[in-house]
Amino acid sequence: MKTSQKKPEKLIDENDVRHDGRKLNEMRPIKIEVGILGNADGSAYIEQGKNKILAAVYGPREIHPKHQALPDRAALRCRYHMAPFSVQERKSPAPSRRELELSKVIREALEPSIFTEYYPRTAIDLFIEVLQADGGTRCAGITVASLALADAGIPMRDLVSACAAGKVEGRLVLDLTDVEDKSGEADMPLAYMPNANAITLLQMDGMLTGEEFEQAVDMALEGCKQINQVQKEALKTKYVAVKEAETEKEEESEEEEA
Amino acid sequence: MTSVMATKVREKRISQLIARGKRLDGRGLTDYREIQLESGLIERAEGSARVRLGKTEVLVGTKIEVGEPFPDTPNEGVLTVNAELVPLASPTFEAGPPDENSIELARIVDRGIRESKAIAVEDLCIEPGKKVFVVFVDVYVLNHDGNLIDASALAAIAALVNTKMFNYEVKEGEIKIKPGYKPLPIRNYPIAVTCGKINDKLIVDPWLEEEQVMDARVTMAIEKDGKICAMQKGGYGYFSAQQISEASKIVQQKAVELRKLVVKE
Repeated sequence: MKTSQKKPEKLIDENDVRHDGRKLNEMRPIKIEVGILGNADGSAYIEQGKNKILAAVYGPREIHPKHQALPDRAALRCRYHMAPFSVQERKSPAPSRRELELSKVIREALEPSIFTEYYPRTAIDLFIEVLQADGGTRCAGITVASLALADAGIPMRDLVSACAAGKVEGRLVLDLTDVEDKSGEADMPLAYMPNANAITLLQMDGMLTGEEFEQAVDMALEGCKQINQVQKEALKTKYVAVKEAETEKEEESEEEEA
Repeated sequence: MTSVMATKVREKRISQLIARGKRLDGRGLTDYREIQLESGLIERAEGSARVRLGKTEVLVGTKIEVGEPFPDTPNEGVLTVNAELVPLASPTFEAGPPDENSIELARIVDRGIRESKAIAVEDLCIEPGKKVFVVFVDVYVLNHDGNLIDASALAAIAALVNTKMFNYEVKEGEIKIKPGYKPLPIRNYPIAVTCGKINDKLIVDPWLEEEQVMDARVTMAIEKDGKICAMQKGGYGYFSAQQISEASKIVQQKAVELRKLVVKE
């Protein structure tokens, strides 16, 4: 059995350094790969700190059951799910109330970014599997899901980037880890479409004054803008790889012809 | 019954009026409908309250039972919030296990109570790690005419204020019930206020037809000292950062008004 991690006595030291060595407004390192699953129409994988999350998109495709079809747009359906081994204590694989709520808010965070009206009476199915969790999985889930949607070639207004800000030991911090979330005073996940200046997800639990709240929103928005850059890079990397593979193929066939 | 067609025809009208700062039912943009609050209607429940918000009607009952604490909080009582969208409340509600709407509703109400530390849970411990009191808050929607969140949260905190538990003493790990009752220890009064966005304008307390027109909503729960203790955005639309900041100011103000219904000076 894996022993549980001990919570450090102080999460932020006197030099404003956090328990994992980050500054107050610093994000965890992010690694993203786009298009990594064979069967899905679109897919992406993210590592944000210790979070490891996969997202896959199927569709637009025929909708079942039929009565869920919408006459004027595609139905976006979303399932956020955590693997039983993703957390310290085994999580039952049956969907919890938390997962059902998150599936709903994630869907609502992504829907404004999609031109669902292009595909009436179809389904766009989005699956988010959390393989390892360390705080901020809904945000990382949105970030990676938005890329999976783009990878599936679904017309979108903008990428959605998500990041949490919160309050730990009296200080506002960006991108909380699990310990910071659990022992901190507030956690506020936020999703944002930078080009549209649109906040598409906003939740908070904990305590913040009105002033702290405004600062936290600014901090989270900055975080989202940084994530947006990483997302764009990841998409570009994938298309460069595809392009190279295609040119190689062409060259090969040309050689054969010659 | 509100028919969907009627709403489609009225959609434009609602939206146009709101752009001019007016609403179909004559309210100002930040006015609530008439609110009626009654407490203690269900004798069998440890506490209860009914809120009527215009035609929206929500009944909340509380029950207290003895149960096990969570392993990470062995010295604290447990709060459980559940919401039932019973079929008699709306033609759109169906019987069956809780769907995402009722789960979200329950979890927003739960978050406000939990994060404001409204219940003194450490006073509800009987035997550390083994026995604590579990407070069940059951939200029962009786008529759905919009803004279930605010109505449910208001009824929930009123029901908790109304909750009485039996006197008891602990002897050798067993609970002995003594005559008489005492109030559930409450130390904070969270109030949830929801702002809807229609035609780029913010409105308070959307009723059913407005809910069908609105792009998005944001709910904030405000505790007694004016801090924000819970938040939830919903709906398929979005808010700009400016609108969120504007909403937080409206909510702070409205929460003070609503709290007066629960906490009598």
